[in-house]
Amino acid sequence: MLLINPRPESLVDVKMHYCPGCGHGVAHRLVAEAMDELGIRERTIGVAPVGCAVFSDDYFNCDMIQGAHGRGPAIATGLKRTRPDCIVFSYQGDGDLASIGMGETIHSAARGENITIIFINNATYGMTGGQMAPTTLMGQKASTCPLGRDPQVNGYPIKVCELLAQLEGARYLERVSLHTAAHVIKAKKAVKKAFQNQVDGKGFSLVEILSTCPTNMGISPLEATKFIADKMLAQYPLGVYKGAEGGKIDVSRN
Amino acid sequence: MAKIEVDETRCKGCELCAAACAKKCIAMSKTFSATGYYPAFLCAPELCSGCGLCAQVCPDLAISVFKEAVR
Repeated sequence: MLLINPRPESLVDVKMHYCPGCGHGVAHRLVAEAMDELGIRERTIGVAPVGCAVFSDDYFNCDMIQGAHGRGPAIATGLKRTRPDCIVFSYQGDGDLASIGMGETIHSAARGENITIIFINNATYGMTGGQMAPTTLMGQKASTCPLGRDPQVNGYPIKVCELLAQLEGARYLERVSLHTAAHVIKAKKAVKKAFQNQVDGKGFSLVEILSTCPTNMGISPLEATKFIADKMLAQYPLGVYKGAEGGKIDVSRN
Repeated sequence: MAKIEVDETRCKGCELCAAACAKKCIAMSKTFSATGYYPAFLCAPELCSGCGLCAQVCPDLAISVFKEAVR
């Protein structure tokens, strides 16, 4: 019998530390498969975030660097500018990218840096214990808003793809999800395209991946996938926000 | 013929594969694995078509999908 899903070479063959049902494992696999298929593993440098994926340097079989909280895009900018031959990606969560690192994210997009950002949006702070994140849904309970997110007190969620889409420097923005196998397959295409854009020198690419955090949501992994389907998709519509095939793309930036 | 193999040392019993399986041929074990979870296993091997949807959703890359080689 033939093994049809060999483990990607870009993923070290070790057990991951993530909780049962966590979306990080699938997202890691998608990034690793994109690296394998484009043949860029030997010249890829990843930036690990602060968050549960802080140990992703144990898992990705490429060069990795670990940055201060939220500073992934700034570090990736420096790496890419000093080593333009390298492929640089930053892997970040919502607390990292959309909260403390929002300045770095917006400005790296505005500058049109030729980097790839993988943004995991699970609507909560995972590592620190389920606090409210900038992406927490309206009405969603978190340990720092136990009665549910109230716009009068906590404000409104930040929609990163919509926010960055108005910047000229952002080249490719897409929101995908991991809650069913079909969505995982679509997410893989988006991740691969984000890396392909960098290989082609097209500029700033960001893929927002809707993921689950069953532990901090206090629900089972299956209920968490249902939470994405029923609640998150309503507030975070999937789709390409910039750089769609056949769409208007400013080619003068190349 | 197709089959899956679940690495019990990696499986954390999240049940996502059992939900993703269109043929409902994956079930959760009634006994603990060495790591303390109820791992998934192929409960109806004759139904497995080797589509690989379970492996797509497995966060721990614990599922290996095998198919007969195409001639």
